[in-house]
Amino acid sequence: MIKIKNVHKSFSDQNVLDGVDMLVREGSSTAIIGTSGAGKSVLLKILLGLIKPDIGEVSIGNIQVSYDKPSGTLSEIGMLFQGSALFDSLPVWQNICFKFLKGREKLSSKDAKDLAIQNLKKVGLSHEVANKYPSDLSGGMRKRVALARAILGNPKIIFFDEPTTGLDPIMTNTINNLIREIVETMEVTALTITHDISSVEQIADNVALLESGRIRWEGKSEKLRGCKDPYVYQFINGETKGPIKVI
Amino acid sequence: MRILRNLGKSANIFLQKIGRVTKFIISIFLSLFTPPTYGGEIFKAIFQIGWMSLPVLGLTALFTGGALALQIHAGGSRFNAEQVVPAIVAIGMARELGPVLGGLIVAARVASSIAAEIGTMKVTEQVDALITLSTDPIKFLAVPRVLAATLSLPVLIAIGDSIGILGGYLVGINRLDFSSSTYLASSASMLQISDISSGLVKGIFFGFIISLSGCYCGFHSSNGAEGVGKATKSAVVAACVFILAANYILTEVFFNS
Repeated sequence: MIKIKNVHKSFSDQNVLDGVDMLVREGSSTAIIGTSGAGKSVLLKILLGLIKPDIGEVSIGNIQVSYDKPSGTLSEIGMLFQGSALFDSLPVWQNICFKFLKGREKLSSKDAKDLAIQNLKKVGLSHEVANKYPSDLSGGMRKRVALARAILGNPKIIFFDEPTTGLDPIMTNTINNLIREIVETMEVTALTITHDISSVEQIADNVALLESGRIRWEGKSEKLRGCKDPYVYQFINGETKGPIKVI
Repeated sequence: MRILRNLGKSANIFLQKIGRVTKFIISIFLSLFTPPTYGGEIFKAIFQIGWMSLPVLGLTALFTGGALALQIHAGGSRFNAEQVVPAIVAIGMARELGPVLGGLIVAARVASSIAAEIGTMKVTEQVDALITLSTDPIKFLAVPRVLAATLSLPVLIAIGDSIGILGGYLVGINRLDFSSSTYLASSASMLQISDISSGLVKGIFFGFIISLSGCYCGFHSSNGAEGVGKATKSAVVAACVFILAANYILTEVFFNS
């Protein structure tokens, strides 16, 4: 379970998060939607312990996220970054098994490579990709390698930051199906940051709309389309007029 | 009033920067003495910083040694002191030109590459990815580079000194009519251990300055490609200025002792 309690964050004069309260239940798949600049990525970095909130606290399971040293909750979390964030200098298999090559739990190179190939198969990539470098891969392949890295070590929670941004419709569908499959088979708690409504409907059970630093609406993803809430209505329909200010 | 306000603002920014640099240095020192140690990364960094800098450093030292021999000969001949060429080339290379030129050349090559590499990792979220994979970026990225540069620079400078003296020797025997044995004997007789050791000690400090500038600017870069470009430029400028400042301070220390 992820508990976000009264989280505030501002940068210089700009108030990014203005009292976010949210609860993500264990085993659920939740999406946070919102316009660009609404504070979604900042909230995600606060959950990871990468940015310290000005006020408020976050706990994952029973552990409070710490910000002064690497958070103890990280071992239970897998993370898919928006731009994949693969290490350019390492081949794909070392990217996937980085945790087991450089971390405390060490694996031999052979075992690590075998594990990486197993995970590549889970995301629909062949073993031939293992020896390639990230620069040799397409955007969709990079996303899938990053997904293979995120699920390594069977994390209890996976965060997805804009998983389908910049991908073609077919690859978007492939990634969405993979995420849905991973969430169901691995029984993880998933939190996705996105502004792609079709992705939300495919991968999330619950949705929260973050706007101007606050959660404006929360509900089931199937209720999103017919929702009369002015924030949701404007966001779903792409209206320029409404409570969401277009900057 | 406005001038005072701007002055105060600038002083505040300056002090904040000093605080951030100090905190960064402390975090590197603390990381040096706590596990895990990434031995593979250290060796990779020694190869990149030390071994790969040798060609450019060697060429610079060779030409500098040769030019120095010609200049000293031109100056010395005004008061019939041409015979000091071997000794001055050796002492000049070991005490001053070897460390300073070596430091500046390596700063241009290494500080820029460290800042660009870490800066790119920062703006593409690779540094954040390291943290989510339970890896401390300071330990994994900064410590190996700082150790590698601090250990490599004295060795590079020792090699540079030797090549510089060789440059002077080649010019001395081919252009200035020195006999090989006279040139070598004169160089060896005047060169003292303290001349060599002072240059090597400078190398340790310069290596630390170069890697610290690269790492600090890389970790604090922002705003995409433009930010990485600025970080790279700042790293080289900071490394060069601090090398020259440290060179003066260290020379004063050695001079007084």
